[in-house]
Amino acid sequence: MSNQNNSENQINARIHSFESFGAVDGPGIRFVVFFQGCGLRCKYCHNRDTWPTNTGMEYSAQELIAKISRYKNYFAVSDGGVTLSGGEPLLQQDFLLEFIPELKKLGIHVAIDTSGNFPLTDKIKKIIDLTDLFLLDIKCINDDICKDLVGVSNKLELEFAKYLSQINKDVWIRQVLVPGITDHKDDLLKLKEFLSTLTNVKKIEILAYHDLGRFKWENLGCNYELEDVPNATVEDVARAKKILQIN
Amino acid sequence: MEFKQWDGFNKAGEWTKEIDVRGFIQSNYTPYEGDSKFLTGATDKTKKLWDKVLELYKKERENGGVLDVDCKTPSSINAYEAGYIDKDLEEIVGLQTDAPLKRAIMPNGGIRIVEKSAESYGYKVDPETEYIYHNLRKTHNDGVFQVYTPDIRAARSSHLLTGLPDGYGRGRIIGDYRRVALYGVDALIAEKRTELEILDTDEFTEDIIRKREEIADQIKALNDLKAMALKYGFDISVPASNAKEAIQWLYFGYLGAVKDQNGAAMSLGRTSTFLDIYIERDIQNGILTEEQAQELMDHFVMKLRLVRFLRAPEYNSLFSGDPVWVTESIGGMGIDGRTLVTKNSFRMLHTLDTLGPAPEPNLTVLWSNNLPEEFKKYCADISIRTSSIQYENDDLMRITLGDDYGIACCVSAMRIGKQMQFFGARANLAKTLLYAINGGRDENSGKQVAPKFAPITSEYLDYDEVMEKFDVMMDYVAKIYIKALNAIHFMHDKYSYEALEMALHDRDEDILRTMACGIAGLSVAADSLSAIKYAKVKVIRDETGLAIDYQVEGDFPKYGNDDDRVDNIAVNIVKSFMRKLQKHHTYRNSKHTLSILTITSNVVYGKNTGNTPDGRRAGEPFGPGANPLHGRDANGALAVMNTIAKLPYEYSEDGISFTFSITPAALGKDEDAKVNNLVSMLDGYFKQTGHHINVNVFNRELLLDAMEHPENYPQLTIRVSGYAVNFIKLTREQQLDVINRTIHERI
Repeated sequence: MSNQNNSENQINARIHSFESFGAVDGPGIRFVVFFQGCGLRCKYCHNRDTWPTNTGMEYSAQELIAKISRYKNYFAVSDGGVTLSGGEPLLQQDFLLEFIPELKKLGIHVAIDTSGNFPLTDKIKKIIDLTDLFLLDIKCINDDICKDLVGVSNKLELEFAKYLSQINKDVWIRQVLVPGITDHKDDLLKLKEFLSTLTNVKKIEILAYHDLGRFKWENLGCNYELEDVPNATVEDVARAKKILQIN
Repeated sequence: MEFKQWDGFNKAGEWTKEIDVRGFIQSNYTPYEGDSKFLTGATDKTKKLWDKVLELYKKERENGGVLDVDCKTPSSINAYEAGYIDKDLEEIVGLQTDAPLKRAIMPNGGIRIVEKSAESYGYKVDPETEYIYHNLRKTHNDGVFQVYTPDIRAARSSHLLTGLPDGYGRGRIIGDYRRVALYGVDALIAEKRTELEILDTDEFTEDIIRKREEIADQIKALNDLKAMALKYGFDISVPASNAKEAIQWLYFGYLGAVKDQNGAAMSLGRTSTFLDIYIERDIQNGILTEEQAQELMDHFVMKLRLVRFLRAPEYNSLFSGDPVWVTESIGGMGIDGRTLVTKNSFRMLHTLDTLGPAPEPNLTVLWSNNLPEEFKKYCADISIRTSSIQYENDDLMRITLGDDYGIACCVSAMRIGKQMQFFGARANLAKTLLYAINGGRDENSGKQVAPKFAPITSEYLDYDEVMEKFDVMMDYVAKIYIKALNAIHFMHDKYSYEALEMALHDRDEDILRTMACGIAGLSVAADSLSAIKYAKVKVIRDETGLAIDYQVEGDFPKYGNDDDRVDNIAVNIVKSFMRKLQKHHTYRNSKHTLSILTITSNVVYGKNTGNTPDGRRAGEPFGPGANPLHGRDANGALAVMNTIAKLPYEYSEDGISFTFSITPAALGKDEDAKVNNLVSMLDGYFKQTGHHINVNVFNRELLLDAMEHPENYPQLTIRVSGYAVNFIKLTREQQLDVINRTIHERI
């Protein structure tokens, strides 16, 4: 936990929470670090409390490493590792540049769960280089819908995806299926076309929208805009998968 | 010894010369590394018979939980005529009384308890039987209460010590039922006669006389067992000659035990791989098919699912849902490196498919990292679908127990036929802490229960002061606890001796006896001490100065998050309490052991414990076993498991229980991923030296629906601390406890 005696130049991360048994965020058993802070404003966000950038618990890289290395037995038997999620982990780039190399020294597989909504600066490229796998959340291929749904254009994240393909970095594509919003056939076909131009996609996951995170909005006194949107059903997911021609 | 029934067996080793079941297994079993594809479904006969059982279950439920009681005949090995479900359909026969699900009375434990049990279900014990046990025949319960001292009584009624087996059978003794099949009863009697000869000594001491009396009782029990089997038309004086007979003989041994004793846990042992040898021999000889083999195992398991005891409401509130703990230990590795998994290990687990999920037998997989991968996956797959399996760390236990041990009850490992335990329920350490603060007064009643000493009077609790008093209080509890257990087990041996189960053990001199103590409320005690140390805890007292509530100011590390600051407190409590127990002499020089296991009694303990300094409210359930208190774990399942794995097995060899629940969606995206993740989780946990884990995979909504519509869920099974239970048989309180527990999910 936050150590007030840290020297001035040490960078601490702001962390929202941990999940020691992450079984759905990358291959094998994963220790998931949820970073605090996010720049997007996804209306369906189920971790609304991760948005603010000035809250959370402070951890140094060494403190996190000490915590995570307690799970190495589980990583080893499952070909798992660590997934950096959030919030948006890529908002804390300086910390990641210090932290990820430490994980790699221990031989731990590192995945980053991100929107990819960042310009391809040198720092970002360096982080990409250090990371084993990206779980890239394509918000919506239709830019008008994207802007309305998450508050920003998808331009940067598509560039991000293309770059990952260029340098042949492993990627799992994730698409949250929000009924009536991200499930239009035309858009899904467009997504399929876009993904077919990428050479590094190892997996495509359709995540069914659900409103289980709604109480977090209400707890924070925020208005939940998707009030009338139903949860995506198993059938909805099957239909989307069929359009995308994936299993 | 030489029997024609042994034709085709490998006679290498000592097993033909003396009683040595392990030697027989090692010389004859066929390890199986393949997958589950060889398994077959239920036969028509099985389906018909199981439908009849389901119909009986339904009637039992409709009748308020008990179908029928024989209120006149005290149960004993040979007390009843043969009984059947449907004689023409049953491949394996034998019931506890003359009709299925008809419960027997066992007044040797205590007549008042029997009366109360019967009355709570609307029955009345026969007046003649009552007269005998009130006037002519003394019981275990009578004996114990005659010798109990005032301090034991006070600790008992204030729930400092709870669930002591002074009013019910202690159980947790596993007869080596395999011996009946392998040697036949006459050979076992001959062996016992030899033991008697050795006990013909010049110094005819009390000890020798007691042992001679016990062996004489054992021989009588073995003769009774033969007579019981004869009523079903079987001569078990000689060894079993084929698979069907082996299962039948073995089951008769077990049946005799459950007719003789209403033990808290009546476990089966480690029988699947033993039986596989007979099945393999018959298949090789062309006299048995795979369908028939599965049918035999199905019918055997059906019988195990029919075992019932008449138990008092108090018992049910401690151990809810009619558990018998017909624990069967499956798998594990041999000390020579070969796996002990056989095809019959699969068949035993497969009964959860052929007959559907059920709490009994209590299927326990002895997990090793070296188990065949296919077997691991098969177990995980069944766990995910049925929530009916528990796992225990074979790599940990094999070090001290070898490769022929089994689990009694939930987590108590013992070498089969060579070890037994004096079951000791548990001491409430959360309450002990409150007594430390209150100078030995009970926080609920205000009564002076423990000897009076200076209570803490400061406004805020000081860690060092609390620890010093807690230490003194634990000393006191340890002393009272061993006193009570010594009294209980002395009387149990005297008035309710398990003659048949002990007849299926080695000679007394070679038996290791353990005094199996236990603790409840570990996580509450640890969190409370952590709050006192790392936050500020203000005491709220009533007008008599009794601390009745606490206000926690600030945050503190909580047990269950892999945080050494609090986890070390828990570790130290375990070590310290164990050392205190070890100071006291035990009955029959039994070895002190400790378990961190509550079964479902975490609800009762919590109910009787006031507000605690960690912020837990009075009456709220404790976490089950070694689990954290509900909702205190904030870092996911593996963090909890890392915490629990820190508890030292060397100081709690009677077991450390962890109950884990997860939603299917959180376990993995697809079926393969779920299986692989669960296998990896088990591999990882046991590598970290975790001891035990119950695996539940379900959604909370399912349980809520089952509470509302129990009729739709006759076979819904879940794992609680150390056993599986039919969910709809739990009390509503306990159902809510299960539902409120952490179910790991990902939203």
